[in-house]
Amino acid sequence: MEINKVISEIEFLSKKLPFEVSLMEICGTHTMSIGKNAIRQILPEKVNLISGPGCPVCVTPINEIDQIIELSSLKDVIIFTFGDMLKVPGSKTTLFKKKASGSSIKMCYSPNESLKYAIENPDKKVVFLAIGFETTAPLTATVIQNALKNNVRNFYIYNLHKIVPPAIHFLLDKDKNLNLDAFLCPGHVCAVIGSKPFGFISENFMKPAVISGFAPLDILESILIILKQILAGKPETVIQYTTVVKENGNIFAKNLINDIFDIKPSYWRGIGFIENSGLFLKNKYCYFDAKKVFDIKSINSKEPKYCDCGKILLGEKKPFDCKLFASKCTPENPVGPCMVSSEGTCAAYYKYERFREK
Amino acid sequence: MKNNFNKFKENKILISHGDGGSKTNELIKNLIFNYLGNNILEKMEDSAVLNLDNKRIAFTTDSFVVNPIFFTGGDIGKLSICGTLNDIACSGAKPLFLSLSFIIEEGFETDKLCRILESIKTVLKEVNVPIVTGDTKVVEKNNIDKIFINTSGIGSIPAGIEISPSKIKPKDKIIINGPIAEHGISVLTSREDFGFKGIDSDCAPLNIMVEELLNQGLLIHAIRDATRGGLASVLNEFSEISNYQFKIFEESIPVNKKVFAICEFLGLDPLYIANEGRMIFFVDPKDADSVLTILKNNKYGKNSAIIGEVEQTRSNNVILITQIGTSRILDKFYSEQLPRIC
Repeated sequence: MEINKVISEIEFLSKKLPFEVSLMEICGTHTMSIGKNAIRQILPEKVNLISGPGCPVCVTPINEIDQIIELSSLKDVIIFTFGDMLKVPGSKTTLFKKKASGSSIKMCYSPNESLKYAIENPDKKVVFLAIGFETTAPLTATVIQNALKNNVRNFYIYNLHKIVPPAIHFLLDKDKNLNLDAFLCPGHVCAVIGSKPFGFISENFMKPAVISGFAPLDILESILIILKQILAGKPETVIQYTTVVKENGNIFAKNLINDIFDIKPSYWRGIGFIENSGLFLKNKYCYFDAKKVFDIKSINSKEPKYCDCGKILLGEKKPFDCKLFASKCTPENPVGPCMVSSEGTCAAYYKYERFREK
Repeated sequence: MKNNFNKFKENKILISHGDGGSKTNELIKNLIFNYLGNNILEKMEDSAVLNLDNKRIAFTTDSFVVNPIFFTGGDIGKLSICGTLNDIACSGAKPLFLSLSFIIEEGFETDKLCRILESIKTVLKEVNVPIVTGDTKVVEKNNIDKIFINTSGIGSIPAGIEISPSKIKPKDKIIINGPIAEHGISVLTSREDFGFKGIDSDCAPLNIMVEELLNQGLLIHAIRDATRGGLASVLNEFSEISNYQFKIFEESIPVNKKVFAICEFLGLDPLYIANEGRMIFFVDPKDADSVLTILKNNKYGKNSAIIGEVEQTRSNNVILITQIGTSRILDKFYSEQLPRIC
């Protein structure tokens, strides 16, 4: 559909809404696209967009960050990481600063680079920081399979993988103050796991859920679908991103995840333990697990004072509500993880919307 | 004095201090200027404009540490010459003489050095500017990565030409000479084994194209090559210096489809990615079409486009009109995730 038509239809339907609605986008890439295209500007007043816990870097506990920083100091260890993790502040320092002090840390775009390095440098202990939701977990699974195939014994992962649907379940169970009316579900995650794992949103909680693409038209179309469902009083879980997402997802990628990982409870920064929300290496692969193999000194981690990232991740607060936002906490000197990650809610608000009226 | 020095807070130099963004600015302003600042240096223009015997001379220097040294569409040699020629051209000067210095790692293959020299020779022949002085150092293996190059250059500024961001006026049209982000993406895809092919760096000597424009007496107020930090950084810098708000139309900014797709895939924003053959021109509205025509007839400007204009509003903001017609700030650039792109 043409973009102007979608916008005017949203406008038209919003007038019929008996109350203001709050839609949560779960995925950090949605958060960025909403900011980058200034989508809030064209939405009617009655339609609010709230960002959820959709940034894997942001939900990684600070003690894990500290442990990784410690790990980077160990002799012969070289850490491979996606760029976002470099600048996340630990209790005392960042990987980025450790790098300047001599720790071996390399930024990479794919875990394959780390495995290749491990094969070429057998005297080094290569650790890949395996972070992300269902989208990146198959990559980690593949690289472990390749390490097995090639009998690479100096390759490890520091595993931080988490899965999304249980976190949404948790939010909805807890949704006393939030009053979330509907969800824009993550298109990339669903490309792997399909739409079914999000079915509970409409079935158990009677709220619309639309699996959305990332272009502005995709997001607006998804919002339109949600408004139609709200007005009809018929919540469903539907796929807007039909070119990429299938109901059952990508069977091959799902099998890869199941072959390598077990699902267990996992701690989400700012949120706490969530049942069945973490991917953990199966016991038979424990020799790849950096947390088990290396003797990492434990640290007394401290969350930064006054940082509201936890509440922002839950959608309870907006970045503007945090007193550090855009004053003490900026992309140049981030305090909390939401300002660091390129998918973080505070980073998106700072970059695209900090001059907007609150 | 001591308090001034404390403004620079880091006790170690980080990779971000060399990325051309806000951290580089901190290093220069809060540390280097404390020792070496003077009124010419502190203008922080691409070239220093000097008055020598009543003649205006543009003088500039640049170091090149790109990794890999050979990338699609160029190499460290071509880059080192084009970079300095373009910096001179941005002040409206005609480049006259260059210097060239090599720092080479012990064991570096002579064949590779020949390839680099050959490509330097090719650019110099095209623009007819000589290397008149140079230096060569070799350091022990592993003390640097293959080869680093420094070039400097001087050029003369013709009488009557005054090109500077302080000359920017409301209603000026903002023009770019081609699609953005190709240099950064070429280097990145040459460096990492992504399997993306076919993006050539835009690295090119633009001084003759600039001369052509200036020879026509067109009212060009400011020029800057959009290197590290990309188009967004140049626009923000110029908005800050001129203290006018700029309005940029996202749809008008030329981006190669393949480059756009790679950026989407890697989570990069082409507006912040380095170019080495793209310049931004601020042109009086009555001369904008003439400038565009001349650029389009030049081999380095075929896909030139008017991307926006200077507004009356006094502010340091660059406003981007998005593809869906909404508007937002086009923020300055904070930190480069792609070190050693030039």
